[in-house]
Amino acid sequence: MPTHAATAATAATAAQHPTAPSGAHAGTRIGAAARATGLSKVYGEGDTRVVALDSVSLEFGRGRFTAIMGPSGSGKSTLMHCMAGLDTVSEGSARIGDTELASLNDRQLTRLRRDQVGFVFQAFNLLPTLTALENITLPMDIAGRKPDRQWLDTVVATVGLSGRLGHRPSQLSGGQQQRVAVARAIAARPEIIFADEPTGNLDSRSGAEILTFLRDSVQELGQTVVMVTHDPVAASYADRVVFLADGRLIDEVYDPTAEAVLDRMRQFDTDARTS
Amino acid sequence: MLRTALRNVFAHKARLIMTALAVMLGVAFVSGTLVFGDSVAKSLRDASAANLEDVDVSVQAESEFDPDGGPDVRSTKLSDDVVRQVRGVSGVTSVRAVVNGNATLADQDGRPLNADTSWQNLATNYVPAESGGDRDTRYPLHDGRGPQSRDEIALDHETAERAGYAIGDTVRFATEGPALTAKLVGTVDTDDPRVTAGGSLALFDTATAQRLFLNPGQYDELVVGSGPDSDDHALAGTIDRLLPDGGVKADSGAQLAAEQADEIAQSTKWLTQMLLVFAGIALFVGVFIIANTFTMLIAQRSRETALLRAVGASRRQVVRAVLIEAGVLGLLASAAGFTLGLGIATVLPGLLNASGAGLPEGSLVISTETLLWSVAVGVGVTVLAAWLPSRKAARIAPIEALSTVDQAPAKRGLVVRNTLGGLLTVLGVLLMLYVSAQDGDVDANLPPAMLGSVLTMTGMIVLAPLLSRPLVNLAGALTSRLFGVSGKLAKENALRNPRRTAATASALMIGLTLITGLSVAGASANEAIQKEAVQDLTADYKVSNAAYNGIEPGLTPKVAAVDGVDTAVPVASGSLNVRDSFGTLAGADPRQLGEVADLHFTSGSLDDIGPGKIALSDKLADETGLTAGDTFKGSLDFGDSQTRLTVAGVYEQTRALDDALGVLADVLPHTDDRKLDSILVRASGDAGSDLDQDIREALGNSPLIQVQTRDQLTKAESGEIDTMLNMMYGLLGMAVVIGVLGVINTLAMSVFERTREIGLLRAIGLDDRGVKQMVRLESVVISLFGAALGIGTGIFLAWTGGSLTGGSLTTYETVLPWARLALFLLAGLAIGVLAAIWPARRAARLNTLQAISAQ
Repeated sequence: MPTHAATAATAATAAQHPTAPSGAHAGTRIGAAARATGLSKVYGEGDTRVVALDSVSLEFGRGRFTAIMGPSGSGKSTLMHCMAGLDTVSEGSARIGDTELASLNDRQLTRLRRDQVGFVFQAFNLLPTLTALENITLPMDIAGRKPDRQWLDTVVATVGLSGRLGHRPSQLSGGQQQRVAVARAIAARPEIIFADEPTGNLDSRSGAEILTFLRDSVQELGQTVVMVTHDPVAASYADRVVFLADGRLIDEVYDPTAEAVLDRMRQFDTDARTS
Repeated sequence: MLRTALRNVFAHKARLIMTALAVMLGVAFVSGTLVFGDSVAKSLRDASAANLEDVDVSVQAESEFDPDGGPDVRSTKLSDDVVRQVRGVSGVTSVRAVVNGNATLADQDGRPLNADTSWQNLATNYVPAESGGDRDTRYPLHDGRGPQSRDEIALDHETAERAGYAIGDTVRFATEGPALTAKLVGTVDTDDPRVTAGGSLALFDTATAQRLFLNPGQYDELVVGSGPDSDDHALAGTIDRLLPDGGVKADSGAQLAAEQADEIAQSTKWLTQMLLVFAGIALFVGVFIIANTFTMLIAQRSRETALLRAVGASRRQVVRAVLIEAGVLGLLASAAGFTLGLGIATVLPGLLNASGAGLPEGSLVISTETLLWSVAVGVGVTVLAAWLPSRKAARIAPIEALSTVDQAPAKRGLVVRNTLGGLLTVLGVLLMLYVSAQDGDVDANLPPAMLGSVLTMTGMIVLAPLLSRPLVNLAGALTSRLFGVSGKLAKENALRNPRRTAATASALMIGLTLITGLSVAGASANEAIQKEAVQDLTADYKVSNAAYNGIEPGLTPKVAAVDGVDTAVPVASGSLNVRDSFGTLAGADPRQLGEVADLHFTSGSLDDIGPGKIALSDKLADETGLTAGDTFKGSLDFGDSQTRLTVAGVYEQTRALDDALGVLADVLPHTDDRKLDSILVRASGDAGSDLDQDIREALGNSPLIQVQTRDQLTKAESGEIDTMLNMMYGLLGMAVVIGVLGVINTLAMSVFERTREIGLLRAIGLDDRGVKQMVRLESVVISLFGAALGIGTGIFLAWTGGSLTGGSLTTYETVLPWARLALFLLAGLAIGVLAAIWPARRAARLNTLQAISAQ
């Protein structure tokens, strides 16, 4: 499988990288980039009450690539939204670094997203009026910061966009657009990057590229990435996969392969049917 | 498809609201104007009918036209003899003999009342009814009694109140020049429109009125009453045959009423048409908003339309659905607009009267015709404006329903549009440049100037998308620098759809072009008039008669004797007819004149003027071909008598001393009543600021004597332009308001379309303030673009159209009222900020999560 070959290759370079952490289980020891403690999210009231997240406790290790999996309605997107400060928490705590998100008002949350969080959405990641480069530097422009030129060059070179920086999104393919989105997320050097089904709209080739970039950013650049997906192949790029069902954390796998993830998911399905 | 169309209207209520408002305001303007016109015409007709109610036959002394060119003279043929004869005609039951004139009053403190419009200060005789009693049925007594002797006067009670007079007080007034006094014995009620609009009414007994305005035994009009079954038309014929030939005529009351109704219809028609022009401009501005809205709506639901096409709707059905939607919108908005128009018609007379229009206030006249026209115009304009966008809807292919990705709208080339716009603009500009090179003849130059203006404006509107790029970039460079990323995004958003930005800006541009054009022309004309009013005049005061009745020459020494007066120069104004050219001839002592005027002689000098030797203005010299030293024969009155005169010199034309200048003794004998036109006064260095009042008092403090300072002279000349400009601003304000609605509309639609973008921006860290800022700046950029375009076009049109005034205003030069223009640009900025309030708030309140996942 070509994806596995790629994994092996980047793993080799990662080992030589001085800042890249090695060892799959080291994350918890180094410290958590984000942490959920007894996190609950409830929508509606009375008859329409829906518990999307039911007391979830979880750490996202710094310098780690974590995938969140689960069937539709399992609460995986809600978990991401709550952890990223896009949605409010009903109960429990969500922290990025040492910051308790519940204690922040809307403006402080916005600033936190701007300075410490990077996003890659499934679609519509870019502003159509801005060029690729302008889209990449947008979070820094909003913050009024000057981008670090050298770092920017590194990021752009990594995602292979050097020749297309002046293009508008409409002149780029879907895969290229997602690469710009990844570059934007990485360029600001956020504490943590949240990716919501980043390959959902792409063909498998472009999807593999994006996942490789995300993993490279973790292994080579020391980034922390949390990705929501329902695709076992995508999840296999992560260091760790956590499984959610009915708003609860039910299992996790370290150094997953696509087959292992698929097995687990089949297992849950059977459990659900037999229980 | 009808159901689909109706559903669409109601589903998009919020998005259509600005469009509906625009249509509504335009229709309100139209219906308000029509209802106003009908109502005013009716109340004027009612008033004139009421005035003529007890007039069965009217015998009137006509003004005779002087064939020699002198002023019209009132016929003297309506005498006591005629009154006796008419009274003897069988069928005549009463005759009221009336004397008419003008009398201007001073108030209790001696200040003139309404001296500037002395023609509104009516005076007539109080005629007790023949049927007995001592009452005049025309003017019901409010208090006291009617005047009975030469030193008694009655006033309409509102004027009496305004002037602070009570019964028994001595009233100071003037009919020609000198101040007169009489005791107030009564007050009356009147609804004469001239009086209710700010004039006054003074009543005298018949003998006094005759003495003041005519000659003893003479009248202006006989109001004849007849029996209830009388044929007044026949009676008028009978009386007419009795009357002396020429100068007097008899008409039946019905005939007079019909004539007056005709005149009224004509005058209100003119007013209504002028107002309709402005209503048309407002509606035209609305067209841009309607077209913009439907373009956006159609783009937004292209997938829906494609689905309709896929399930079998024909192109025609799609177009029809859009047009029906527009029709329903137009109908609803027109109905609301019509109602609002009734409100406008209610308040309009009051507003116009505040600036002295003197319109009667009566009940509203709402005709079916008005209702139908208003609705037809509203629906018609809406459907017409939606027609082009509807064709776009028809071009949507069924396959687009199946595509899952949002496609960027295909960019249609602007080549055709730019070529057309360029052509129109060039044509318009060339035509206007041609007009600017012409001079004098307004009648010949007006049509090309109108055409040129329309072409230039249309061209600019068509070219606006092309112009939007450089101009928005310019404004955007500033906003980017000042406001960082919000400013940059705002600029990019404004540039995103040049057609939409252009249409929005055009709606603002139209109003501002007209306002700027009028302001520049008004300021230039004002400047020219003011310059001319006191040009070459060094006098500090000008003493004259407010009713143009002249000043007694004997008053000059009285003025000269006032403490603080250095020199008082009497000036007479006559006429000079030479070699088929006609001019006014001023007469004054040339040696004294040097003290109050600084004339520039191109040949000869003031000292060369003497008896029989006059100086000509350069204009008259040009026209006649006369030069200094020439001797010629000219007429100093309107008769045939010729006088031999010598040209003593030529001076530059000034308004203060018009076309020719001679000595007082040569001119005075030829003037009406041998009166002076004015006395020019030069104050001594230590004169106080009360000198004008001192002069007035020295002349008996007549309310008709006016003592004007240089400032007052210029203001008196230019005041009308300011009043007119303010009225135009008010009327064009509606077009600007509709333009603002357009900006709000475009922004609201844009915010709606860009929901996901805004969600993304919020997610990656732009706070609500930043989002608001972005929408606000986009609004400002678009508004400034429209304002700049409008101001620029307005200045150009005013500059090139300036030649139209060249003939009447020799010193006309285009003057840019910088402060006012800056104000307009600031207004553009303010409009941008204001228009963005609601859309920006909506944008900032979008829920980030929902916005990101919105379709």
